[in-house]
Amino acid sequence: MSEIKVVPLGAGQDVGRSCILLTIGGKNIMFDCGMHMGYNDDRRFPDFSYITKNEEIGRLTEFLDCVIISHFHLDHCGALPYMSEMVGFDGPIYMTHPTKAICPILLEDYRKITVDRKGETNFFTSEMIKNCMKKTVAVNLHETVQVDNELEIKAYYAGHVLGAAMFHVKVGGQSAVYTGDYNMTPDRHLGSAWIDKCRPDLLITESTYATTIRDSKRCRERDFLKKVHDCVDKGGKVLIPVFALGRAQELCILLESYWDRMNLKVPIYFSLGLTEKANNYYKMFITWTNQKIRKTFLKRNMFEFQYIKAFDRNYIDNPGPMVVFATPGMLHAGLSLQIFKKWAPFENNMVIMPGYCVAGTVGHKILNGVRKLELENKKTLDVKMSVQYMSFSAHADAKGIMQLIRHCEPRNVMLVHGEAVKMEFLRAKIKQEFDIECYKPANGETVSIATKPCISADMSISLLKKEMAKTDGDEPEPKKAKLMHGAIVMKDNKLRLIDPSEAMKELGLPEHKIRFTSTLALENEGTVTQTIDKIFNLVKKRLKSASVQHSTDGSITISDSVLIKVSGDDEESEKDVLLSWSYQDEELGSYLQRLLKAGLHVDS
Amino acid sequence: MRLYCLSGHPNRPCFILKFKSVTIMLDCGLDTTSLLSFLPIPVVPSQKLSKLSNWVAKGDKEVKLAAKELKENGGRVFIDSPPEFYIPEIDMTDLSEVDVILISNSNCMMSLPYITQHSGFKGVVYATEPTLQVGRQYMEELVEYITRVPKTYTATKWKQPNVNKHLPAPLSDVPNPLSWKTCYTKQQVDDSLAKVQMVGFGQKIDIFGAVTVTAISSGYRMGSSNWVIKSDYEKICYLSGSSTLTTHPKPLDQAPLKNSDLIIMSSLTQVPTSNPDSMIGEFCISTALTLKNGGNVLVPVYPSGVTFDLFECLSGHLDNMNLGNIPMYFISPVSDSSIAYSNIFAEWLSSRKQSRVYLPEYPFPHTELISQGKLQHYKTIHGELSKNYRTPCVVFTGHPSLRFGDVVHFLELWGKSSSNTIIFTEPDFSYLDALAPFQPLNMKVLYYPIDTSLNFSQANKLLKELKPQHVVVSEKYITPPPMLNRPDLIIESEHAPIPYKRFDVLSLPIRRTTEKIELEMELTGSLIPTELKPGVAVAMVSGVLAVQDNNYILQSPTSSNIGRKRKLELDSKPYMWGDINVSAFVDNLSKQGITDIKVEDSPTGGRIVHLTDDDILIQLEEGSTHIICDSDESLRTKIRDALVKCLNRL
Repeated sequence: MSEIKVVPLGAGQDVGRSCILLTIGGKNIMFDCGMHMGYNDDRRFPDFSYITKNEEIGRLTEFLDCVIISHFHLDHCGALPYMSEMVGFDGPIYMTHPTKAICPILLEDYRKITVDRKGETNFFTSEMIKNCMKKTVAVNLHETVQVDNELEIKAYYAGHVLGAAMFHVKVGGQSAVYTGDYNMTPDRHLGSAWIDKCRPDLLITESTYATTIRDSKRCRERDFLKKVHDCVDKGGKVLIPVFALGRAQELCILLESYWDRMNLKVPIYFSLGLTEKANNYYKMFITWTNQKIRKTFLKRNMFEFQYIKAFDRNYIDNPGPMVVFATPGMLHAGLSLQIFKKWAPFENNMVIMPGYCVAGTVGHKILNGVRKLELENKKTLDVKMSVQYMSFSAHADAKGIMQLIRHCEPRNVMLVHGEAVKMEFLRAKIKQEFDIECYKPANGETVSIATKPCISADMSISLLKKEMAKTDGDEPEPKKAKLMHGAIVMKDNKLRLIDPSEAMKELGLPEHKIRFTSTLALENEGTVTQTIDKIFNLVKKRLKSASVQHSTDGSITISDSVLIKVSGDDEESEKDVLLSWSYQDEELGSYLQRLLKAGLHVDS
Repeated sequence: MRLYCLSGHPNRPCFILKFKSVTIMLDCGLDTTSLLSFLPIPVVPSQKLSKLSNWVAKGDKEVKLAAKELKENGGRVFIDSPPEFYIPEIDMTDLSEVDVILISNSNCMMSLPYITQHSGFKGVVYATEPTLQVGRQYMEELVEYITRVPKTYTATKWKQPNVNKHLPAPLSDVPNPLSWKTCYTKQQVDDSLAKVQMVGFGQKIDIFGAVTVTAISSGYRMGSSNWVIKSDYEKICYLSGSSTLTTHPKPLDQAPLKNSDLIIMSSLTQVPTSNPDSMIGEFCISTALTLKNGGNVLVPVYPSGVTFDLFECLSGHLDNMNLGNIPMYFISPVSDSSIAYSNIFAEWLSSRKQSRVYLPEYPFPHTELISQGKLQHYKTIHGELSKNYRTPCVVFTGHPSLRFGDVVHFLELWGKSSSNTIIFTEPDFSYLDALAPFQPLNMKVLYYPIDTSLNFSQANKLLKELKPQHVVVSEKYITPPPMLNRPDLIIESEHAPIPYKRFDVLSLPIRRTTEKIELEMELTGSLIPTELKPGVAVAMVSGVLAVQDNNYILQSPTSSNIGRKRKLELDSKPYMWGDINVSAFVDNLSKQGITDIKVEDSPTGGRIVHLTDDDILIQLEEGSTHIICDSDESLRTKIRDALVKCLNRL
């Protein structure tokens, strides 16, 4: 089985509901199981019927060997309880410890917004989230987890958010890497993604910023601080919609140190609820943050903020400047949307969108210049506040993606989690620079990738030693290629490389050795020893790479089995030369016979 | 395969394993029992210790001179000098040849600065993050205790063999005092620990392509590990401090240890007759009793490990006994860091502690005890502590040897009163020897040693389940401990365990017979297998052997990789099998036009075919044929072909 098959159920030429099916070495793996923030109907979840409609399979459990979740963002894990509890999957779900800790909280939050606030029914319940989480298995970075006897997975640090991981999966000689979302540059609280030179057959990478080369982070940060500062200086209110975990902590650290440096008194709030809990996670999973924070945590834990206070809904109408971090990040529901509606009509105010917004969300609309928004009760909202977009999403940009490819040296690349047009650009670039195939399947589209199987055999050490011991004359030449000769025995579905005679003995084949001996007369003045030396030099010269040895009894051996002996009278010019060789060295023997018959004078 | 045994103390192991082409050091424990020979270092000037008189020597001049280095108390003699350690036997091999050092837990790495600094060591040290951080705490605490009250004179005279033999026991019996070393410095600790690379459990680390090493949970401490050393065909497991009890660390992972060729087992419990559960129970009860009577309790501890379990169990018990308001003081130069790190190592803890972090709550209850003020931690007795100090109280402080650290101060402070109690929980030192320089004492002395490492029956049960081919253990584990009359306290395995002692170099009974080789696609494609019966086939192969990072690859021979002439040698090497039917051979010869054939019996039982015209002899024996032919090539070829037709070819 030398082929890898991939079909995205989500995130194929799209951002949202990441869900990629991989078939490798007969194993089926699902990478991520996310929801789509742009939809409120069936399309919000991946189409699992793609698997279950096949009657031979029935339930997902029969088909999937495991599910792997890359990080806690809902577009990567939001459909998990639906998949495991409502569609039905009882196999293992792998994720890192921080993801396992934080993911159920975000799922519960998502459920609340959908069911309690929007009044939807037929959605997963709190109980289902709990049951789903019972099926999860926490993995540590770099730990090789044996899913079964053949399938092994290994997590690598991905940056992006706390606990985000890339996963390397391996079955026999075949392997693939799924990056999830990652960041190749360290930021204020997370380190950069890292993977070793694992040379997978396929690298499935996100491509959110496929065409962007972002300017230096320092400039972006300065720009951000200046905008916030200018706005509050004029008495304006700044709204920063964020996910509770991730960019929020990054920007809090940034503002906190700026407020400290500039001695600002304007209040900064963080919408209550998840905040404190969220920061506690950061405190306890400090080993997942960047080098600097890990080093200084003994003196001061960076996630204990001094300037940032909890927000109360009543503060929305407070007069005067303030900065508020509110969830969710794409202004599609919840408190951030509520605050936005209140503040949007005033020119002094500002909303800063620090990350990517999915099509269909209010965030996406205002970023695309829409200034008149239709609300659900047919009212319209005039957006007069300043709308700013600052990419603080911790995704790799085009440069970062190329860097990762360079680093892990895949044989094929597949782009997911991005927009089709942008992918095409990056795809061309990858093909050009690395000369490897690059795919960008749409959802539901299957890609098959041929892999080069690796065949290995059990080699007997006695054979190895015998072959290694063969040297040409006195000086061993380690750089010269070693020739090896053996028998490959195929038995019990195993390959063994052993000594030919041993193999024949073992297999009950009576070996029959054939040997030729030929004596010829040679004209040469001088002693027998001199004749031998002459022959030796001649053979040595003609067979530069063969192993030619002078034995103690005065004979010459070549390649183990060929023997040359000289006899005769030292006084006589005619000497008898005996040449003997085995059938295995037939070519060599017959060559030497021709050589000696031609006489020694030719070369001497 | 060889195993060098650099330490004889089974709980402070240090080995060097030479396996294939790599040299691996397994642990580098530091034997601290030497500390008991030294005079304690007081934190504040001590009445008692400074008044001790010199030992009065009988004998020659040199012994008398050495006596000035020695103080006497109650018939015991102590060296008045900075304390020294009996370090592993680092001269047994060349340390610059060590490729990697694998560390199991923080107790087994205390010699690291002696090994990695100024020894030519150029390799990498592997340890888990908790092992590294806790190990750092232990080392820093040790350095701080020893250097904060510096001793000016370093005693050496007592070590000289001609002097030492005249000293009173146990000083005359200590092993190799000349090799003892004073403590390393903070700088050496930092430099040495900078060589540590952190690993996770289950992480396969490749060593030069020859072997992989993997740390797996051993259940003994946060991040404590056993090691699996594997090549493609051999598996060696190194078991250090392991525990099957349920305490705070992640449990022992047994599966990866199964079916190995060899297990090296070290660090079983030092107190095989004490049950840790009942000891911790007794500890709580006795502490509460002393406190109820208004006395104070002194507990000499290390700054991590079981100490956390003591906090947890004792605070619960005191609450139940309505003694919840009695303060517990944890005094160590590294108490801050010890507590801080205990909060961030969820991944390395039991699932019960892990699930608390998911909530998120701190994994250990001591964090809450600290916020409630029930547990207070200080760097030293000087400073803050005096403001908050209340009695009765419980003090947890080091060092368990009682030779330095704040414990020395509390012994002098509380030792006179019989209402106070000192409770020994650490098993590393004989408590009577530890107390010797402080005698006479009125305070109550209790010994409840808690060692969660495997006991003999647990270890034997484990070995039965793991089924190794061979077991290597300390010679101390194959004979029962003296004077206990407990013949069951030994390691038993299917094959008799291989014992070791310090200085031993063992040849391990592992025969390597097989090595993995990758066959290149082009090569496998060109093979012509002969199927002998269903599922069994054989093919002769000739190729070019390449070695990359200790991995073997067989490539198909091409002119480019071996040269055209050499390719000659490899092109065809057919192997023949079967028996020659002489009449069929003669038939074949006739078909070739050879007719002058005479067949005779040979003296060796074979046949001789004589071609009289050209005087060619063909000797047919069982399993071989010899063609003696001085004639021209064309005739020889004809004979060859006629012969080969009678045989099967591979």
